Amino acid sequence: MLLTLTTTHRPATDLGYLLVKHPEKVHSFDVPTGTAYVLYPEATEEKCTAALMLDVDPQLLRAQKDAFELSQYVNDRPYAASSLLASALSKVFRSALRGNSKDRPELAATPIPLEIRVPVLRGTPDLITRLFAPLGWTVEATPIPLDAELGGGDSRYSDVRLTGVLRVADALNHLYVLLPVLDDGKHYWVAPDEIEKLLRSGEGWLAGHPEKVLIARRYLAHRKSLAATALQLLEPEVAAPTEEEAELPVQRRAPLAGQRRDAVLAALVESGAARVLDLGCGGGALLTALMKERSFTEIVGADVSSRVLEQASRRLRLDRLPDRQRGRIRLIQTALTYRDDRLRGFDAAVLMEVIEHVDLSRLPALERAVFGHARPRVVVVTTPNVEYNVHYEGLTGMRHSDHRFEWTRAEFAAWADRVAAEHGYTVTFRGVGDPDETTGAPTQLALFTTTEATGEASTDTVTEVTA
Amino acid sequence: MILDVPELSLVALVGISGSGKSTFARAHFKPTQVLSSDYFRGLVADDENDQSASGDAFEVLHYVAGKRLAAGRLTVVDATNLQAHARAGLVKVAREHDVLPVAIVLDVPEAVAWERTQSRPDRTFGRQVLGRMSRDLRRSLNQLAREGFRKIHVLRGLDEIAAAEIRYEKLFNDRRSEHGPFDIVGDVHGCRAELETLLGDLGWELARDDRGRPVDATHPDGRTAVFVGDLVDRGPDSPGVLRLVMGMVAAGHAICVPGNHEQKLARKLNGRKVQLTHGLPETLEQLAAEPDEFVTEVRSFIDGLVSHYVLDDGKLVVAHAGLKEAYQGRASGRVRSFALYGETTGETDEYGLPVRYPWARDYRGSAAVVYGHVPTPTPEWINNTICLDTGCVFGGRLTALRWPERELVATPAAKEYYAPVRPLVTVPDRLDQGLDIADVTGRRHIDFGYGRTTVPAENAAAALEVMGRFAVDPETLVWLPPTMAPCSSSTVDGYLEYPSSAFADLRAAGLDRVVCEEKHMGSRAVVRVSVTGEGDAIWTRTGRPFFGPELDEPLLARVRAAATEIMAELETGWLLIDAELLPWSAKAGGLIRDHYAAVGAAGRTALPAALDVLRDAAERGLDVGTLRDRLELRSAEIDGYSAAYRSYIRPTDGLTGVTLAPFAVLAGAGVSYAKKDHDWHLAIADRLVAADPELFTATRRMIVDLADPASEEAATDWWLSLTGAGGEGMVVKPWAGLGVTDGKGRLVQPGVKCRGREYLRIIYGPEYTRPEQLERLRGRNLGRKRSLALREHGLGLAALDRLAEGAPAWRVHELVFAILAAESEPVDPRL
Repeated sequence: MLLTLTTTHRPATDLGYLLVKHPEKVHSFDVPTGTAYVLYPEATEEKCTAALMLDVDPQLLRAQKDAFELSQYVNDRPYAASSLLASALSKVFRSALRGNSKDRPELAATPIPLEIRVPVLRGTPDLITRLFAPLGWTVEATPIPLDAELGGGDSRYSDVRLTGVLRVADALNHLYVLLPVLDDGKHYWVAPDEIEKLLRSGEGWLAGHPEKVLIARRYLAHRKSLAATALQLLEPEVAAPTEEEAELPVQRRAPLAGQRRDAVLAALVESGAARVLDLGCGGGALLTALMKERSFTEIVGADVSSRVLEQASRRLRLDRLPDRQRGRIRLIQTALTYRDDRLRGFDAAVLMEVIEHVDLSRLPALERAVFGHARPRVVVVTTPNVEYNVHYEGLTGMRHSDHRFEWTRAEFAAWADRVAAEHGYTVTFRGVGDPDETTGAPTQLALFTTTEATGEASTDTVTEVTA
Repeated sequence: MILDVPELSLVALVGISGSGKSTFARAHFKPTQVLSSDYFRGLVADDENDQSASGDAFEVLHYVAGKRLAAGRLTVVDATNLQAHARAGLVKVAREHDVLPVAIVLDVPEAVAWERTQSRPDRTFGRQVLGRMSRDLRRSLNQLAREGFRKIHVLRGLDEIAAAEIRYEKLFNDRRSEHGPFDIVGDVHGCRAELETLLGDLGWELARDDRGRPVDATHPDGRTAVFVGDLVDRGPDSPGVLRLVMGMVAAGHAICVPGNHEQKLARKLNGRKVQLTHGLPETLEQLAAEPDEFVTEVRSFIDGLVSHYVLDDGKLVVAHAGLKEAYQGRASGRVRSFALYGETTGETDEYGLPVRYPWARDYRGSAAVVYGHVPTPTPEWINNTICLDTGCVFGGRLTALRWPERELVATPAAKEYYAPVRPLVTVPDRLDQGLDIADVTGRRHIDFGYGRTTVPAENAAAALEVMGRFAVDPETLVWLPPTMAPCSSSTVDGYLEYPSSAFADLRAAGLDRVVCEEKHMGSRAVVRVSVTGEGDAIWTRTGRPFFGPELDEPLLARVRAAATEIMAELETGWLLIDAELLPWSAKAGGLIRDHYAAVGAAGRTALPAALDVLRDAAERGLDVGTLRDRLELRSAEIDGYSAAYRSYIRPTDGLTGVTLAPFAVLAGAGVSYAKKDHDWHLAIADRLVAADPELFTATRRMIVDLADPASEEAATDWWLSLTGAGGEGMVVKPWAGLGVTDGKGRLVQPGVKCRGREYLRIIYGPEYTRPEQLERLRGRNLGRKRSLALREHGLGLAALDRLAEGAPAWRVHELVFAILAAESEPVDPRL
């Protein structure tokens, strides 16, 4: 809600010309979320400070609730610097942002000593430094304590002071882009024309910024397709980095995911299955691969989350597939802790990296639903091999925050053997990924096959005694 | 002329164009019962006479007919029906729904039909077409029976048509008007002695012939016996059993459905070739000693048996091997076959016996199905079905079920008369174990006794994700706390919620005595503890485990210890307790840090910085007075807000510092405590506090007489002091208990919350107490929240009732699931 801009360039009061705001007046502007003020707490020959203050009206903020879900709750919008402040800045300092100055055109084009203070800005000092330092700022960011009564610790905000010799227009453009990036929560729906705004404000500095991927993604409210377009426009010859590359320095997941997919596909093809279930299909990574294999005539992707099923549907472009292809695949919502008649009668089912997302206490229900009720002829299960985790540097705890457990090879084998025995399957094991001599492969795979000739039936049926 | 038509049937009118089918249909049936091909042609092609649309038109007509028949509605098809293939389509629809196809043929002179056709401007076909139709009709007449029509009425000439009257006949299996009471007897298999003993135990008096053989029985209370079939084979005296049962049936003292063994015996007696296995030779040998007349009687008795009966207003269905819902009250070959043999998968097991599909597991019907056929060690209700075959002839017992009492009475077999082919055990683990996705997904209408609700498919989808990924075992999760509405907005200066509004709300609901309970600010916790510890759990408002097993287990152990004596006194193996877990920070620590405290930190830093700027500006002579006043107010408000959330934070370490504040005891084994008053509930809560004062926190309360202003005033002062000291507020509940109804028998809200002035800052924002904001908030709409709260409350009460009745797991789960789904409704979360 507050930022100040100070210069010691002499005469410092020329800042008023550059910003087109007279230092001896209090300027106020109506903006959609409240009232913005520009006023000067200090205005001398030696030093001049302009303050932009946004008095957020919670009532107006709430009126925009369709675009801003948070408005239903208590939130930090009235206090922290955010896209609200950036919007106000662009309205109030429009010509300064463009580097125009009727009265001091040369000064507008000249780097001058500047100090910017944003007393409450979301972000760690590290991130704030990574974003501003490459632009020529000396960054001083102090974490704001959360609450002494809560046992100390820092809040997610920092008190930020930036000093440097820059053009005022550049300083304002940096703020216009990076305040919302740090806040990471746009108060309005991000439409494709935001790309244009980003590129305009980022002209001359964004293309060479080491954090441009993060900046583009966050500025465009994590809409991947928009971010990819923006990045390509910035640097057409380089392909857009993937999410992993952007957010996770660890590169291990992508190759392993591919190896796992190949191993599952190989097991399915070997089994001769034509009708295949992908249980816990998620966003459809395996489904895409299954669709490419002609021998699978019927593919069903099942997941408990309707949201990821929509993602899968988009990824597979289901609405654009020709009829014959479309007829091969279906997506259904189900929970594997319930019996589901729609899952019966398939040749094979895949549980790829699924069981570790189920509480141990709920696993027997999954066993009954899959091995007892659905009873495909073949079941392929993969799960992490926890022994291999020692090779992941810096990994503490499990490989994913939603993992309920990770098993050793012995634990997995004990589980699989019991399940196989209880439900009439035989099971064999394979490692997936580059194996290590002592810890084994990163992923373990179990291949279950029914012992019954028919495949259809029978721990789930009753035998009658009379007749 | 009287035309007999089964109450549920598919009636095909047959006749040439102009024979008066539509007029006849109008005269004898309701317009909605009649599906006319002309109408359907119009529907799909905008032209009733467009013959090229007939294919599509009949497809739709068959579809509609199918829907009607599935719902048990008589359906009349008004079309010429002169072609075999057209009639075959109708017979197929009838068979698919197990109803009888009936044909009514209108045979009028061709000349009359031609006259009528000519008078209709929309009929443009020539005379030769009518001639062809007439020839088709002639040909059709003697094909109808072969095609599967079970009743054929031919009306010849205008006079017969004019004089015709429809008379509806009931199906043989329709005995809904008989209410018993019934004694339903399981598979007897020739065990006459055990049958005599069992009937005696049930209070029947046997009548014997001059040779001392029982030939009839009567019950002093006028009860009716029902035999589920398999009277014969394997046992020592099949003729004796038949003699007694046939006598009882003839005298109107019993009814009997056929078993597969009777069926096979009848085939043999009718001279068909059957395998002499499974105890049939014994029966034949015993019958050989009987006079021929008796054997003839047996044959006609068995031939006259009806596959199943629907009794007692449709509440009871008896069939030898059970009957799925779609087949009840229907008549067809496959209905009979299901009733005799059950649903087989076509496979055989290692003993060479057919493998049955467990239809009872999927049974969702409202009628109780009583059957035999599969010997089980102990009869058990599974989804409202029960098998009474307890293998008497194999040395087990002969079992009867008293209806409507649902009492089981059994007589042990004197000996093993026949060795079973395979060991008599193996009912695989409970058939109704595990839940079926079809019982919760999609758009569902639920009638839960206290009301009806529709769960939209998208809410069910959202709930499924929570239930599937995060919740405790659905079979443990027998109840979820309903959301609670706040009291009506208060007009008291400076307040949004105030006790007087809460009291007024409850007074308006017709209550005179309420209990005010301190509202603890923590996390809602539902605790299930038992004497043995098996199945114990603690879950959150949305059904998730609380902290994880490493803390939940020791917590439950302590609750269990404190509740042991109470469970013994209430004579229950387990208790379901509604409570608040404190402090708020124990479970919501992350939320507090990331959200509430973060806002406080931002505000407490930003506002002083802004005020510094304004101070400097003012010193320079700029006029910033108004803005400064506003920010100073904000600064005071953010301090009030910070104080509010800090009140609910206490340090905890593991379970140290964690306490539970119980306020209601919902249920125990076989009982719902919803009807107990709150003194009772709170007395148990107090005993838990006394048993373990460190773990449990007491709930302060005050009983208020709504007719006494002094009583209200005292409670208001009490509330002011509670909230003044940082308390969240109070909940005002009908004193009489959880399931209180108003004068019209409708459920009333189980309570309304009345939250403190300072507490509401963390809900509505630090600045909500400004007069203009309060004024706006007073206009908040509570309607949706109240209706949601009441619906969730009713669903929860019904879940407790069903649990107490011992209903199958899915019946409880569908309600709990509906509560979770209701939480997806877009209701202002601040209410």
